[in-house]
Amino acid sequence: MAMTVRPVERPARTLKEQIFLWEVWIGLVVTFRHLFVNLARHVLRALGLNVEPGAVTIQYPEDPAVLGKRARTRHRLLKREDGSPRCTSCLLCETICPAKCIHITPEESPDPRIEKRAKTFDIDIGLCIFCGDCVEACPVDAIHMDANNVELSSYTREDMIWTMPELLGDVPKLPRALRATRPASGVS
Amino acid sequence: MSDKKMISLTIDGKPVSVPEGTLVIEAARQLGIKIPHYCYHRGLGNPGNCRICACEVEGAPKPIQMSCRTIAAEGMKIHTSSPNARRFQSSSLEFHLDNHPLDCPVCDQSGECKLQDYYMQYGLYESAVREDKLHKGKRIPIGPHVMLDQERCILCTRCTRFTAEVTKTHELGVFGRGHREVVDLAPGRALDNAYSGNVVDICPVGALTDRDFRFKVRVWYLDETESICPGCSRGCSIYVHTNTKRPWHNEGRRVARLKPRENPEVNGFWICDEGRYGHKNLDEHRLGRVMRLKPRPEDLSWSAVLDEVAREIKEGSAAKGAEGLAVVASGMLSNEDWASFNELFVRTLKIKRFLFGPEPDQIGAEDDFLRRKEKAPNLRGGLELGFGREIKSLSWDELAKSIESGQTWGLYVVERDPARAWGTARAKALLERLDFLSFQSPFKGEAGDWAHYRLPATAYVEEEGHFTNFEGKAQKYSKALEPLGLARPDWQIFDDLRSRFMEGEGSSGRREKAGALA
Repeated sequence: MAMTVRPVERPARTLKEQIFLWEVWIGLVVTFRHLFVNLARHVLRALGLNVEPGAVTIQYPEDPAVLGKRARTRHRLLKREDGSPRCTSCLLCETICPAKCIHITPEESPDPRIEKRAKTFDIDIGLCIFCGDCVEACPVDAIHMDANNVELSSYTREDMIWTMPELLGDVPKLPRALRATRPASGVS
Repeated sequence: MSDKKMISLTIDGKPVSVPEGTLVIEAARQLGIKIPHYCYHRGLGNPGNCRICACEVEGAPKPIQMSCRTIAAEGMKIHTSSPNARRFQSSSLEFHLDNHPLDCPVCDQSGECKLQDYYMQYGLYESAVREDKLHKGKRIPIGPHVMLDQERCILCTRCTRFTAEVTKTHELGVFGRGHREVVDLAPGRALDNAYSGNVVDICPVGALTDRDFRFKVRVWYLDETESICPGCSRGCSIYVHTNTKRPWHNEGRRVARLKPRENPEVNGFWICDEGRYGHKNLDEHRLGRVMRLKPRPEDLSWSAVLDEVAREIKEGSAAKGAEGLAVVASGMLSNEDWASFNELFVRTLKIKRFLFGPEPDQIGAEDDFLRRKEKAPNLRGGLELGFGREIKSLSWDELAKSIESGQTWGLYVVERDPARAWGTARAKALLERLDFLSFQSPFKGEAGDWAHYRLPATAYVEEEGHFTNFEGKAQKYSKALEPLGLARPDWQIFDDLRSRFMEGEGSSGRREKAGALA
């Protein structure tokens, strides 16, 4: 891959910046402005005045994270009414995925009304960029990014891969050794 | 062609002159104007039943004409995308989509479906149909290679015409009437002729899909390379469709499918099923390591192994006579390989005993259409260098006798498995009598384990070259994939080996070339 290099010139520091004291003072002004503005807002609201609410510090991770309603979090696969996965294995999410983090293998469905279904459906959360294109691409509304789970770290790269039962919520995500995603192309 | 009268006409304002009797749709193709069509196929005639190739003929009493049924006439003025023609095309498409299930996400054809393509161009998007769609048979296996979906079918009758006109086996027909019309098998039949896979290629929609390719990989992941089928000496033009970007699909195989490539001089529009599904072994039992197997298996570098092979040939020839070395080859070699093969074994080593005839392990079914009985693509390339003319091929039995009598002490096997000709037990017993066995092939086969030296060669999809078919047409095939492991093209191995025998003969140029390639 060709790499583009763009030289960026470093701005020279002025004397005022060089001695830092002025910049430290500006920082303190910002900090104390927040302190007094928020203090005033909390006090005024406590007195029953309708002013803007003051900022609240959440003690994450002791307190749960507050996520916006439209936040894109970990993927979730949805089920049909009969409990089978909605996914028809059309591979549109896999195709649109810019990070190529979705790996699906299709198979024939035993249900005569269903043509195709997913045999495996893996998402490598470690590669996912949370763009939400897979949700947009899905023609059968089988994938959502609303599991409200953002604590996705693990000790190994392999454990960043979520398989279909885990994405469906059928089994809890536990650390485990990874299956091979590709049969070894044995040369002898 | 040349003595035919030329007709001048105007299509979409562009003048074109075509031979008398040319269809308007073909004249437009010459100009690069693509008129939509389903039923019309250059290899199958023009029944004119899909009604989508409508064009407007200026000044005609009925201006909307089917371009596949209209013969070009002098001074004709055709509009292929005038509002009237467009409206007709859209309305025809609306009829085609009337009962179409629109299951594109699970349909294997999507991505190369004419219904999809034309819908994007001419579609009306809003469905005017209030009734429920008619349900017909889905996923009916109609033969060993083909799956039928009657709902997706638009009744263009290309497949029934193929079985009626090309294979003349008449397995498929159109049954029922009105909107209940379906394509189906004739009673008691199965689509099991030797060319059945072609109906999948000609089906413009997803009604006929390939059972072998079913759900393996989406078509938009595939790369296409022009190649020549190595299945027999016909040398049909093919496309190799490879899946390398998403290796977890297609069961890890790199070649997803082979498709026929139009070549009026050799195969027309068709290939046989044998050739079409002949790609399965391309990732199986492959050689990728350069090895000396005796006394114990050991990996070597190319230069080391070629030095040793050359030394064994030199010492063996000096001690036991050069006539005791025989070479087994086959029509699997490209023209380039044959040339280097000839240089090495005939010109340099002066070897007299070769086995390259296809009998019996490279002989198969034959018919009067495409399939030839020699299942090797390039026997003709060898013939043009004298293999089969001045140099006669040994038979496997003659070779076996000479090994048994001790007359043959060394064997150099190229792209062939003696175990297939002799049978496992006999081949093992015979080959173990040899003092020297070099096995050069893309595939291990059975004999690969009994060799003294095992040299990995590239398969035809991993190299560039030419095959000369039985009619003497040299045709190029291109490289679709990277070689596996350390594999090299056969010609390069022959050239490098030859440089070992060129000591002090002013061969520096040749050696440099070989060195640069090493």
